[in-house]
Amino acid sequence: MTSGLIFDIKRYAINDGPGIRVVVFFKGCNLHCAWCHNPEGMAAVPEKMFTPSKCISCGTCVSACPEEAITLTAHGIVTNTDLCRSCGICAEVCPTMAIEMSGREMTVPEIMDVIEKERIFFEQSGGGVTFSGGEPMIQSKVLIELLDECGKRGIHRAVDTAGHVNTDVLLEVAQRTDLFLYDLKVMDPELHAKWTGLTNDKILTNLRAVARTGVPVIIRIPLVGGVNDHEDNIRQTAEFLYSIPMKGAEVHLLPYHAIARHKYEKLSRPEEFELMEEPGPGRLEEVVALFRGYGMKVQVGG
Amino acid sequence: MTWFRQLFYTAGETFCPDHFSFFPGFVSFKDSIMFEKIIIHTSSPERPASVGTAAGQRDNQDSGPGMNDRIRKLRKISTEAVPSLSIERALHETVFYREHYGTCSIPVLRALTFLDHCRKKTIYLGEGELIVGERGPAPKVVPTFPELTCHSVEDFHVLNSRDMQRYTISQEDIDQYEREVIPYWKGKTQRERIFGHVPPEWKAAYEAGLFTEFMEQRAPGHTALDGKIYRKGMLDFKKEIAGKIAALDFLNDPEATDKSEQWKAMDIACDAVILFAERHAALADELALVERDPLRAAELKEIASVCRHVPAHAPRNFREAIQMYWFVHLGTITELNGWDAMNPGHFDQHLTPFYEREVAAGTLTRDKAKELISCFWIKVNNHPAPPKVGVTARESGTYNDFTNINIGGLKGDGSDGTSEISYIMLEVIEELHILQPGNSVHISAKTPDKFLHAATRVIRQGHGYPSVFNPDVYILELLRQGKSLQDAREGGCSGCIEVGAFGKEAFLLTGYLNVPKILEITLNNGVDPVTGKCVGLKTGDPRSFDSFEKLYEAFIQQLNFVVDIKMRVSNYIDRMFAKYAPAPFLSVVIDDCIVNGKDYYDGGPRYNTSYIQCCGLSTVTDSLSAIRKHVFEDKAFSMDRLLNAVLNNFEGETVMRQRIMNRTPFFGNDDDYADEIAVKVYNDLVAAIDGKPNIKPGGKYHLNMLSTTCHVYFGKVMGATPNGRLAGKSISDGTSPSHGADTCGPSAVVKSLAKLDHVKSGGTLLNQRFLPSLLKKEEDIKKLGQLIRSYFTLGGHHIQFNIVDTATLLAAQACPEDYRDLLVRMAGYSDYFNDMNADLQQEVIERTENDML
Repeated sequence: MTSGLIFDIKRYAINDGPGIRVVVFFKGCNLHCAWCHNPEGMAAVPEKMFTPSKCISCGTCVSACPEEAITLTAHGIVTNTDLCRSCGICAEVCPTMAIEMSGREMTVPEIMDVIEKERIFFEQSGGGVTFSGGEPMIQSKVLIELLDECGKRGIHRAVDTAGHVNTDVLLEVAQRTDLFLYDLKVMDPELHAKWTGLTNDKILTNLRAVARTGVPVIIRIPLVGGVNDHEDNIRQTAEFLYSIPMKGAEVHLLPYHAIARHKYEKLSRPEEFELMEEPGPGRLEEVVALFRGYGMKVQVGG
Repeated sequence: MTWFRQLFYTAGETFCPDHFSFFPGFVSFKDSIMFEKIIIHTSSPERPASVGTAAGQRDNQDSGPGMNDRIRKLRKISTEAVPSLSIERALHETVFYREHYGTCSIPVLRALTFLDHCRKKTIYLGEGELIVGERGPAPKVVPTFPELTCHSVEDFHVLNSRDMQRYTISQEDIDQYEREVIPYWKGKTQRERIFGHVPPEWKAAYEAGLFTEFMEQRAPGHTALDGKIYRKGMLDFKKEIAGKIAALDFLNDPEATDKSEQWKAMDIACDAVILFAERHAALADELALVERDPLRAAELKEIASVCRHVPAHAPRNFREAIQMYWFVHLGTITELNGWDAMNPGHFDQHLTPFYEREVAAGTLTRDKAKELISCFWIKVNNHPAPPKVGVTARESGTYNDFTNINIGGLKGDGSDGTSEISYIMLEVIEELHILQPGNSVHISAKTPDKFLHAATRVIRQGHGYPSVFNPDVYILELLRQGKSLQDAREGGCSGCIEVGAFGKEAFLLTGYLNVPKILEITLNNGVDPVTGKCVGLKTGDPRSFDSFEKLYEAFIQQLNFVVDIKMRVSNYIDRMFAKYAPAPFLSVVIDDCIVNGKDYYDGGPRYNTSYIQCCGLSTVTDSLSAIRKHVFEDKAFSMDRLLNAVLNNFEGETVMRQRIMNRTPFFGNDDDYADEIAVKVYNDLVAAIDGKPNIKPGGKYHLNMLSTTCHVYFGKVMGATPNGRLAGKSISDGTSPSHGADTCGPSAVVKSLAKLDHVKSGGTLLNQRFLPSLLKKEEDIKKLGQLIRSYFTLGGHHIQFNIVDTATLLAAQACPEDYRDLLVRMAGYSDYFNDMNADLQQEVIERTENDML
């Protein structure tokens, strides 16, 4: 049975598309954005997350670990990453859930069961399901099955993508998607590579391809101070979007916040957290005004 | 607590002198207590903004919220007055009883006492007021009811000095009370009658905290009115009564004498409120003569004219309709201290015909109507709940007297009940944000989204109201209880969440049932582990049970045993009230007391319901879920080890407790494992309570799932519970999930709750806390509305929202003075955060936040 590696399913999500939605987060991403809010979504394997404040130093995980990778210290547990095989036993036995595994293989029926729990809210609110990540299109097989299943059941489908994917896959997905939430980061290819690890030509080409399918698109821009909030980039973005014939496309600006810091700590990768700048409130308004100048519908927040 | 107390005292010292300056007659009033004394409110040298033109004027915004200067001033007086006690009513009543007890029937004695007090009581007519009348001699001055329960000298000292919900009283008054009131009532109060007759097993269970008894402190009430007082005046009721008396059949009807006494009493009670109103008219005339401002003089003359028309006659216009209700309200809460004060019910629906007629005729503007509604709102806020006696004086309490205005909903013919008045009321709620009256919006499938969104916008303000009810479900609840379709549709919710047929029913709350405590004694073979006393049945040591089902069966046996004890005494108390404390005035306004010639407390109403309010559904569910999963299924630990851990408050068993709290399916997460247990417990509560006769004609017991603040008290009398809850901590409130147990967001909570069949109850309660961050955008407001619609489509009865963040609450704890207007919705009512005791404050803080970050 087809399954996908899922790291979270959020209910009563009100910032990821129309209505009240359930968001399914796919684990694994091909970009590596410096400001990533969901660092647990990057790696395409299950990962151990540890919250030191929840640890009561009971030692249950130490004795349960088959690899003897965990030791108890005065400052809580320490995991030897060389020995750890991410089997998840420690997370299963941890009484306080200080250890959790991010990423679980879930089958299509399992995921659909969770989605179905929210049906009444979709129906009342014109909501539905949003497949997000990570990059959901990397796990295209399970994504397409889920989209088909939701389609059969009359559930509104949104796909949140960074766009750096195979165009054929993208077009396959577009055939069974009601809305794209399409991320744009930086227009300059070199800067894009600097901040995300990859250039953006494929992303931009794919957006043109998506536009041609006629599937509605919401452009989402994580607005990061000093990275993409300067006038040049905003104008380039706006001009690019202006050049694509897209019906009623909206731009949603998602201002950067540093709230994800604790997630890096939980993943034991605090060094990967890069503190970025929040765009000031004045800057935000300027950016909004710039887009509006191109006749575009803009809003702050999802 | 010390720092907190100091802060409070400082505040008290600062504000008290100001407070008394508002009531210049207050001190002299005590000197002449036995005589009619008029207090004229003359605190402010300024004139209020002239009537009707306020909107166009530059108003002084510094004096606080409100649509115009008049409302701001009235609101300021109301919110800044420190509640105090008046012994006037008790003195009048004691003298009257001393002279007249035994000279007439009890109903007639009650009516004459009421008449006597209406004749003598201090009348208050405040500057700028348009709606007039106070129960006490001034705003926020509360009488006592010694016939029900007589405050002791010590009670007064506690009330005078406790940290929260203080009621001030002078030493002079305490001395007079001790001399003139307390000796007479010794042994004669309702409370003493009750406690003098209860069986030992009731006493044991009561003392263990297995249940509370509502009627030991206040009279049965929970009453809301229908539309009859807008069609009939007291003279019309008197005519009906006269007709009934004339038709008495003393030859054949064995009840003729009793009925005759009831009707006589009702007739006198009508006279009493007419007299009460007439005295306001006389005072207004008197004040108009000396008033120098011609606009105010005209207002006073109009007040006189209104008070001469209502309540004697049916109201002719919008203003008279409000004043009519207000006199009836004051009459019922002066006659006796019934629970939940009085309630106009679907007030918007009752006022709408008057409003529409007058707006069409050009005799009323929207602003004027809003001003009158604001005046009414402030009037209700002027009436804090009468304080309790005994141990409870030290503890909890709230100034809230639970008048719950029902807004929106359905009309008797099943059509949408919202009107312009509904929207005006929402505006008034938002602008005034005062503690009382409680208010709720009623969202049927027929209610327009426009109204729902207007309500959710008020909810977003974070004052804790309005709460939201589902008429489509509570109408079914009422139908199931045997009401006619019309009566069910005209019904609604009073107090917190309890449903009844407005104007036609006595739907009494009899007391809270501590369901987790019943599980606790089950786990201890009938013994209360806190006191060591045997208070239940010997259902066996659970260590010997080889299945979850056996444990559950023992729990149900204990449940039935405790419910049975409670009902026996409740029925006894009902008879005590029927015999010794009838309420002739209340009986006039509730159908079919006049027709039946029977008192409200004696089965006179068309419908008679007794509710038992079951607390702690989630605590029980989660505890049973933990036992089933860890002891019987996973065998992670034995029953013996779990019970020992619970007895020792989980000391030395931290790992076990953590495992339970993190690895047990808990109610409120849309997880069938736990939810099925909740449904089972709920259905068994229905089976234990629902449909049992309450010894009134056709009267029955029904289940209610309300906890108000009782879950805090119930938690205090309990040791730890198997769900990981520590000893003394609150149990879960209403049908809400245990604190912190709902980790999947509001939609999952709603799904879990909807698995209960709400129609089988007389009300369930769901508190849902929302962070302001969830309600930033206009879209979010709509989504909150959709969450409500979803819950109601699934059959939910009620939901309410606390829109607050933890930082605000912590700040409020640290500096209460800066947050005096911070209102928090909790367990069926709103209260000022600063008026809550530390336990309740802590609970508000701990409640799960729906933080979507």
